[in-house]
Amino acid sequence: MKFLCVECDQQMAFAERHIPGDGTLAATFKCPKCGRVVAMLTNPMETQLVSSLGVEIGGRTVPAEPFEMVNATVVTGGPSWSTDAQERLARVPNFVRGMVKKIYADYAKERGITEITPAIMDTARAELGLEGM
Amino acid sequence: MRTYHQLTDPDRSGLADQIGAQRRRVAEQLAGVKRIVAVMSGKGGVGKSYVTAHLARALARGGGAVGVLDADLNGPTIPGLLQAAPTPRPPAVGLDGVKCVSMGQFLDEGAPLAFTGPPAESFVWRGAMEASALRELLGDVAWGALDFLLLDLPPGMQRYLELCDILGNPPAVLTVTIPTPESRDAVRRAMRAALERGSELLGIVENMVGGELKGSAADELAREFEVPVIARMPWHPSLEEWSALASRFPQAAVPRPQAPGPRP
Repeated sequence: MKFLCVECDQQMAFAERHIPGDGTLAATFKCPKCGRVVAMLTNPMETQLVSSLGVEIGGRTVPAEPFEMVNATVVTGGPSWSTDAQERLARVPNFVRGMVKKIYADYAKERGITEITPAIMDTARAELGLEGM
Repeated sequence: MRTYHQLTDPDRSGLADQIGAQRRRVAEQLAGVKRIVAVMSGKGGVGKSYVTAHLARALARGGGAVGVLDADLNGPTIPGLLQAAPTPRPPAVGLDGVKCVSMGQFLDEGAPLAFTGPPAESFVWRGAMEASALRELLGDVAWGALDFLLLDLPPGMQRYLELCDILGNPPAVLTVTIPTPESRDAVRRAMRAALERGSELLGIVENMVGGELKGSAADELAREFEVPVIARMPWHPSLEEWSALASRFPQAAVPRPQAPGPRP
């Protein structure tokens, strides 16, 4: 996917990526000649499709971890995750998401919690001393 | 207005480079593997996983270093057949020292394979997620030096085609069938597809021979595709019969996986 500033006949350059946490993605591109900026907005399905390729719009800032995609996205069979909790988990950096997910899942399993919600995540963070996760 | 291929400035996302790096990672991890063989059928229930696991064990008992990749992501059985316990750093090591990796090692007991993501229209992205998971099972495992890496494929052709893309070269194929005409017809389609994609057909293992299942699928397919029937396995094969299969297993090297360059 590339963007062309038709007026300048210039290929636009990637400028910024924004992940709002609702499953969507925003990426901005800037014309190097006239400075015009456009934003590409993808819906959750489109975002998931890009994510499923194991690539990152805007380039990788850290190398891929082993089993990054599997650890981050495979539902292991533990408690279910509410949509809000999934969105919050999606904001955790890829390379630690799997570990963070497992910590919350283990916390829920040990307490017989069947669905992880943002409230459960807050409680777990406080109890387990996981501030920042 | 210029078109896609006429825009050649480098972009910061470098998506093609990221894909290229993924392929190189797979090629690097498989660099020590001498032979990669996909065990496939096109037909379900013919015993592919059973044959794969026991062939791997027999090859290992014969002195080979052997790994098995369980490419049946939705119905993984290899860890159970090899009695390989999950490990935080795959591959796990099972019976007779066979290394293995499987989606089963990432899932809770009895849990189906499911991905987080938008539930609506999930068919759009689920296939891509499975292909990425397969790539990680191949490329994120320290296989080390192996004489054989057997790829246990599920029924159908989807996983085989994904493997061809990820490996860069179509893997050699060992076909498993049962004697029946129904199996013959399904396996024929799979063999034809593998041939058209450029795979070397190593031969046929006819499984579940000598019981209620009637037919001559292996002989008919062998004639049609000019490949050998490597073994006919009874319902309860002995160790000697598995060893005989391993001894007849083609030893010739297969093409090395190639790391394709970035695609535009």
